[in-house]
Amino acid sequence: MSELCDLGAHELARRLRQGEASAADVAESALRRVGELDERLHTFLRVTPDLARLEAARVDERLAAGGELPAVAGIPLALKDVLTTKGVRTTAGSKILEPYVPPYDCTPWSRLEAAGAVLVGKTNCDEFAMGSSNENSAYGPVRNPWNLDTVPGGSSGGSAAAVAAGEAVWALGTDTGGSVRQPASLCGVVGLKPTYGRVSRYGLIAFASSLDHVGTFTRDVRDAATLLSAIAGHDPMDATSLPDPPADFTEGMDAGVRGLRVGVVEDWLSMEGIQPGVAAAVRSTIDRMDALGASVETASLPHADYALSAYYLIAPAECSSNLARFDGVRYGLRVDGEAVDVAEMNARTRGAGFGDEVKRRIMLGTYSLSAGYYDAYYGQAQKVRTLVIRDYQAAFERFDVLVAPTSPTTAFRLGERTEDPLAMYLSDIFTIPSNLSGTPAISIPCGLAPDGLPVGFQVMGRLGDEATVLRAAYALEQDLGFAAQPPLLGDLVHR
Amino acid sequence: MTGIVAYETVIGLECHVELATQTKMFCGCRNEFGAPANTNVCPVCLGHPGTLPVPNEKAIEYTIKIGLALDCRIAPHSLFHRKNYFYPDMPKNFQISQYDLPLCVDGHLDVQVDGRTRRVGITRVHLEEDTGKTTHAGATGRIAGADYALEDYNRAGVPLVEVVSEPDMRSAEEARAYLIELRATLEALGVSDVRMEEGSLRCDANVSVRPVGHADLGTKVEVKNLNSVRSLYRALRYEEERHRAALEAGEKLIQETRHWDENRGVTTHGRSKEYAFDYRYFPEPDLSPIEPDGEWIDQLRAELPELPAAKRGRLSARYGTLTIDQAGRLAVSPVLAGFFEEAVALGTTPMYAANVLTQDVAALINELGTTLDEGELRPQHQRDLDRLVSEGSLSSTAAKAALAEAFATGASIEEIVEAKGLRQVSDTGALEAVIDEVIAENPGPAGQFRSGKEGAINALVGQVMKKTRGSANPSVAADLLRRRLSA
Repeated sequence: MSELCDLGAHELARRLRQGEASAADVAESALRRVGELDERLHTFLRVTPDLARLEAARVDERLAAGGELPAVAGIPLALKDVLTTKGVRTTAGSKILEPYVPPYDCTPWSRLEAAGAVLVGKTNCDEFAMGSSNENSAYGPVRNPWNLDTVPGGSSGGSAAAVAAGEAVWALGTDTGGSVRQPASLCGVVGLKPTYGRVSRYGLIAFASSLDHVGTFTRDVRDAATLLSAIAGHDPMDATSLPDPPADFTEGMDAGVRGLRVGVVEDWLSMEGIQPGVAAAVRSTIDRMDALGASVETASLPHADYALSAYYLIAPAECSSNLARFDGVRYGLRVDGEAVDVAEMNARTRGAGFGDEVKRRIMLGTYSLSAGYYDAYYGQAQKVRTLVIRDYQAAFERFDVLVAPTSPTTAFRLGERTEDPLAMYLSDIFTIPSNLSGTPAISIPCGLAPDGLPVGFQVMGRLGDEATVLRAAYALEQDLGFAAQPPLLGDLVHR
Repeated sequence: MTGIVAYETVIGLECHVELATQTKMFCGCRNEFGAPANTNVCPVCLGHPGTLPVPNEKAIEYTIKIGLALDCRIAPHSLFHRKNYFYPDMPKNFQISQYDLPLCVDGHLDVQVDGRTRRVGITRVHLEEDTGKTTHAGATGRIAGADYALEDYNRAGVPLVEVVSEPDMRSAEEARAYLIELRATLEALGVSDVRMEEGSLRCDANVSVRPVGHADLGTKVEVKNLNSVRSLYRALRYEEERHRAALEAGEKLIQETRHWDENRGVTTHGRSKEYAFDYRYFPEPDLSPIEPDGEWIDQLRAELPELPAAKRGRLSARYGTLTIDQAGRLAVSPVLAGFFEEAVALGTTPMYAANVLTQDVAALINELGTTLDEGELRPQHQRDLDRLVSEGSLSSTAAKAALAEAFATGASIEEIVEAKGLRQVSDTGALEAVIDEVIAENPGPAGQFRSGKEGAINALVGQVMKKTRGSANPSVAADLLRRRLSA
């Protein structure tokens, strides 16, 4: 594709500085793409063309005035609709927040906006980020640009699809159990979940506080490092944010993988239920690492089998408390009906405002925190979490990175798993452990399966060591040269 | 079997203390009482989606100071928990509080009751956030029958400390003494306004009654809405009697929450504790554990001011003429005690200073509804009054008038006495004409005195005082009257 919106952020940044393109041109290119595709993809819940044009014009003024510009200036960005934007409606994909206009910006966006980023819009997602296919959005599903009959993954499906389809050059999503990496895998883009605390959660509408991470969607690894650099760093508004000041994560990423100790999570690759095409693509990528001089051996995470169960106790427990604030009293939806008192108004509002999956998780979480059940469920799950953390610690004594598939399958068909929540939950089986441990992980596209859909390759690193994760991912990306684009984009060119 | 059964009351108190920090517990909003509704609010304390709590270090410091003052152990590892329940005055529908790992545990407070010291155990001192305030509006102004409710979130997120005592008190008097001592301790620490009428100090009482000698506690009732020390005392006396009467009549008491009605002087049924709330406590994932290091705690310990018990001991040891009661009354207020010591340092007699402060000044403050430090009275005033009274230049009535004037205006005693003509007339020459007039105008009392009724002299002295508008020295006037009538 030759459109501006199909280029990487680093190439666009170069063109802006060389005067080969204006920020306005770049913004229009992305907005045009949204106009061409969004009716079919339903990627955006809200497009913000006026804001985008205003921000682009400011960047052009700054360019005209000369002087240094931040790397993200003038680059079209999409934000998952669980990230608050002052004055721009933010719904978290839920009816209960349909009228909600936040009075403040989330920290990642306030940093990006100050640096001159251009907001294309707010992307569709599973309601309150609960889902793995984007089918739990109260506003209808997103379609995968690789095959419109398949899902883009979730919960950040809109952000992943937008980046894959060129509606935005990059995007932010959130990852509580894989919600950045899994849709990145299914949409053939790069999805990075940094270390817990690396990026402020202030303004991330909480699903499960101890597991929620802000992450990035980009078309290549360099852009992931650049976007992460722009949003990372301590935030006094988030008591769990790391004390580290902002850093440049692109530094040293081209050092290669020679001598790098790589652990292959073999149990996952040989797991029953993994799609053969996925396993094959991942295995051949591992061979490439070996060929590039890395030292590749088998690693084990013995308690990872229990991670999914622990996650589905901890995440709903936290969600049951986090979502209690949506009660119709102060903001968002209020359903009075024939309510005679405030408790009944609360119940009516929540009954009408939340979707089935959200209700299911609130009930699960409420139950697992209840007197008499706490120790057996929530308490036990926290113990398992500690074991998973220790597994990672032990593995990272032997290895610099661990590698595995991101998702057991490529994109599945819409409606295929909606009747079976457990099958849906299994989509995140390889991503959830890194949320429990808070360690950084990235998914990069490593090829296409025989079904013609992209396969994601996951690189996991030590706590705080995004640098090594990015270095390994960058080396593989250079070697693989994955350049396939969603067929939909080809259709646009030949139209 | 019949016989008189003696009963014993068992009381434990749970006190909530709003900390006087500049800002709220988890956000930067101002912490102040009495601002217009919903003006000290922000996305964080309104519980907007995506917001996060950031703990106020000063509040943690104040809590540790309270713990140290109550001889608690400061936990090296303490956690915030979420207490989950729905109520519209709580923006997140959970309260950030502490549960099984509070900041301070196992302390005690020694209180004075009838000249004896009683040690009350402190179970725990923990830190949490306050809720907003609901006003039920419409028809009756009560919850039942209200048309709608209004929420003011200014108070939502204000740092709140809960001090829980052991059930160590055995009478309403002891509970009252505990509350007064706790309030004095908090005031000395400077961590709270401790104004019960404004809700910055709130108290709930757990009370039960059992026959003396029984090891098991009787049925426990929690009494709420105790907005003053007097309410606490009255409510406990009421409950004590209610329980005793029920036990004697063989009636069964129920475990419940009762509401004190100050106007009617009774408690009424609030809610039964039969169905216990399940608050689904779990560790607050948005906050890290509190792990105060030893050095910080030592520093805070070193910063502790003189506490009421120590002050009481020191005042009565240093100023031997003071009664224990006087020393106690001064020691409960750092402002009062400071004023006293300054006045004495200036040369005021300790006894005089203590009496005037604990009686006349206390009455004045009460009458004006103000505080000592809001008035204009200075220790120098006390010294000057003491001097004039002991010289006989000022009657005690005139001294009270001068005190009130000094409290209101701050003018010097000398100026006040001159301006108001308060100086006492002891000059017999000047009084003799008045004495003659009074005897002539009051033949009745004069006659009674002459016929041996010594008491009749008081009526005549009163008339002299009236005629001189209080400026006569009453004992000089009495002497003159006696002399004239016996002549």
